Amino acid sequence: MADTLIQNDMKAPAWEGGDVPYKASYGKMMMWFFLITDTLTFSAFLAAYGFSRFKYEDIWPVPEDVFTHFPFLHGEHPLLFVALMTFILIMSSVTMVLAVNYGHKKEKNKVIMWLSLTIIGGFMFLASQAWEWGHFIHGDSGAIQLKNTEVVHVYNDSHRYSIYDIMGADSHDGQHHHFELNNFQEKFSLNSDLYIRLANRTFLNHEESIEYLNTNANQVLLGANLKDNEYGHVLFADYFFFITGFHGFHVFSGVVLLIILLINTIKGTYERRGHYEMVEKIGLYWHFVDLVWVFVFTFFYLV
Amino acid sequence: MSDHHHKETFITKYIFSTDHKMIAKQFLLTGMFMAIIGMLMSAIFRVQLANPGEYSVLYELLPGGWLNEDGGLNPDKYLALVTMHGTILVFWVLTAGLSGTFANFLIPLQIGARDMASGFINMLSYWFFFIATVVLLSSLFVESGPASGGWTIYPPLSALPQAIPGSGTGMTLWLYSITLFVVGSLLGGLNYIVTILNLRTKGMSMQRLPLTIWALLITAILGVLSFPVLLSCGLLLLFDRSFGTSFYLSDIIINGEALHNVGGSPILFEHLFWFLGHPEVYIILLPALGIVSEVIAVNSRKPIFGYKAMVGALLLIAFLSFIVWGHHMFMTGMNPFLGSVFTFTTLLIAIPSAVKVFNYLATLWRANIRFTPAMLFAIGTVSAFITGGLTGLILGDSALDINVHDTYFVVGHFHIVMGLSAIYGMFAGVYHWFPKMYGKMMNKTLGYVHFWGTFICAYGVFFPMHFLGLAGLPRRYYTNSSFPMFDGLADINEIITFFALAGAIVQAIFIFNFIYSIFKGTKTTANPWKSNTLEWTTPVERIHGNWPGELPVVTRWAYDYSKPGMDEDFVMQNVPLKEGEEEH
Repeated sequence: MADTLIQNDMKAPAWEGGDVPYKASYGKMMMWFFLITDTLTFSAFLAAYGFSRFKYEDIWPVPEDVFTHFPFLHGEHPLLFVALMTFILIMSSVTMVLAVNYGHKKEKNKVIMWLSLTIIGGFMFLASQAWEWGHFIHGDSGAIQLKNTEVVHVYNDSHRYSIYDIMGADSHDGQHHHFELNNFQEKFSLNSDLYIRLANRTFLNHEESIEYLNTNANQVLLGANLKDNEYGHVLFADYFFFITGFHGFHVFSGVVLLIILLINTIKGTYERRGHYEMVEKIGLYWHFVDLVWVFVFTFFYLV
Repeated sequence: MSDHHHKETFITKYIFSTDHKMIAKQFLLTGMFMAIIGMLMSAIFRVQLANPGEYSVLYELLPGGWLNEDGGLNPDKYLALVTMHGTILVFWVLTAGLSGTFANFLIPLQIGARDMASGFINMLSYWFFFIATVVLLSSLFVESGPASGGWTIYPPLSALPQAIPGSGTGMTLWLYSITLFVVGSLLGGLNYIVTILNLRTKGMSMQRLPLTIWALLITAILGVLSFPVLLSCGLLLLFDRSFGTSFYLSDIIINGEALHNVGGSPILFEHLFWFLGHPEVYIILLPALGIVSEVIAVNSRKPIFGYKAMVGALLLIAFLSFIVWGHHMFMTGMNPFLGSVFTFTTLLIAIPSAVKVFNYLATLWRANIRFTPAMLFAIGTVSAFITGGLTGLILGDSALDINVHDTYFVVGHFHIVMGLSAIYGMFAGVYHWFPKMYGKMMNKTLGYVHFWGTFICAYGVFFPMHFLGLAGLPRRYYTNSSFPMFDGLADINEIITFFALAGAIVQAIFIFNFIYSIFKGTKTTANPWKSNTLEWTTPVERIHGNWPGELPVVTRWAYDYSKPGMDEDFVMQNVPLKEGEEEH
């Protein structure tokens, strides 16, 4: 005890040179700084997203109207699925912490177990994202695009009404549908319960709607891609694909790294090396990807 | 890191080397090669500006198909030359060539480390840069020509492949090249920061770091914070080009065809671009100022004046550089109130800049100056920094800027304040550390000729540009002879071109001196400049690992020059304090 006290006294503070500040190895520190660069990359995307969104604040789609579906469930469940995705990713961060923890204790088998669970969590998130993309691309109720490229939706009894139903088609029969504007307008005018909601979220009554569509409608939109978006402004879809895609790419890279980590752990590389710092470094990355998702979730889905 | 006596083959020693000194030389040689190309490009378009539309023998250097049928320079290709000149000089020469060279070379040597934290990542950083170089140069030879929308690649010119010839394949290659470049410089930057924080030798506290290292550290931090935003900016642009997104595009009719893009904004691009773009100016300038601090102190035989103020000024400049980007965008219809905010933050930078300049002058004041070529270039940096800084006050003020925006006034300003300052700093660095790099001395007389030739020609080129700008001549125009109002400026354009060509020829002296000295220069002694810093304690012959035995232990700061009571007018950093001696 006394010896260590004296030694600590003799030793120069870490910043005086010949020592490592914060006891962080260069690799760990490099990971931290890399995460800073990645933070800036994502910040730029989110700032750009904010720039565009506030430019079109009055006609920007409301996320609760867009993300309403849940696999195998009927009806509307706004944001429920993305909440589950978020939960899965946060849980995978918990399992990652446990893997790091057992790495510190050098308990190889437990590291293997928790790493495997983290990888499963990562895959589940990616699969969920694939489902959500698929759903987003396929579209929900369809919409009418105006000549000025704004998008209006059909409503019935204050609920969104599917254009597939108006046209008597099944939206999930696996076929690629395409509806002519004339046919749609014909059927729309026959059903006096129907009316439209404009992009700025004001409603017209049935007669006004017919009149409005006659002068302004351009085409029937089904689904979303980078050029057209049935949910509203096309930039919403552009940013959705770009930002969640870029994040998904990060998750995918993380899963690849975790798999390499798992193989090395099983082979005993870190046991021989005497420490599991690599688990900690990849763990930092994994938590970062998780944290970024919290921001994406907040700015894209919640607000 | 203890592998400093392992066997090296030709490939591991000269090509895929992980030794920071060799990587530094690779950066330097690539940077010099690109500097020559960029300089030749400027010589060619200056010839066009002096004799618009006429044939010149210099055009024979260009790839086929770049000339009109009458032998004049093709206008599209003129724009390509201007664009590539800017790209090469800003990114390849003054970013990678300058901080790549000196960060790699000086950081481990001056902090007393055997190598960078990760030699492998360091090597990777160079090879990313190398591939980026190859991709960029290959764009010169595609049929539609290289990128031509200016080095700032504003959309929609850069976002629509059908906009101008250079917007096609050339622009795509430009974007791929710059993406590789960013990856390379981020890898390098991470390494520099971590090495400086973690691998300082015993006694090398942050307060004892030479100012070169402080400057390189802050440069690396700037790069790590700003280059990712360029990456984001470029990725969004790539999507607009290739996948039909509308981030930067809206309501465009081209060749009679209306595009589907709606809602995007080129102003968004400018915000993202200049968020990188302004810190980039300091990424270029700060390493030069770091080099100058060292060279001026050594050759003044005096401690640098105001060490702490110098570090503080660097930090303040770095911080401010992130909140001034709007001054590049005064003409975008920005809210005048926002304009005045950006004016305020921009003019604030004058304070730390002035602190640095006055500290340099105070260091020179009543000093026993040795006018080595490195010293002349260092003083040249300070001089150019003042000249260019003064016109910066005009451009930083939104009310004044709108009168000269996008004219030759701007060209004159940034070439002096960032081009000349930084390139002089780079020359100072090369002349000063050449003995350490190659174990030989450079020829002094040729150095003097090089300095005075460069100095006179550079002012001959850029000083008259201010008058052109005040007369309203816009930058980037292919010709100034199509507008009667500019006819009176033709003579000035000829004078500028004369100096530009003379300045290019003067650089041949430097290149000759550089190559000649590597092979035939006189051998250097261990510490030819009688300098204090640790790199001069290493053996003249290069070894991987820098010091043959133990690492040096540092006991004092780097600026104990002409200290009273000492035997000589310099005391190296690893010399222990004398009995009763106070640290500076």
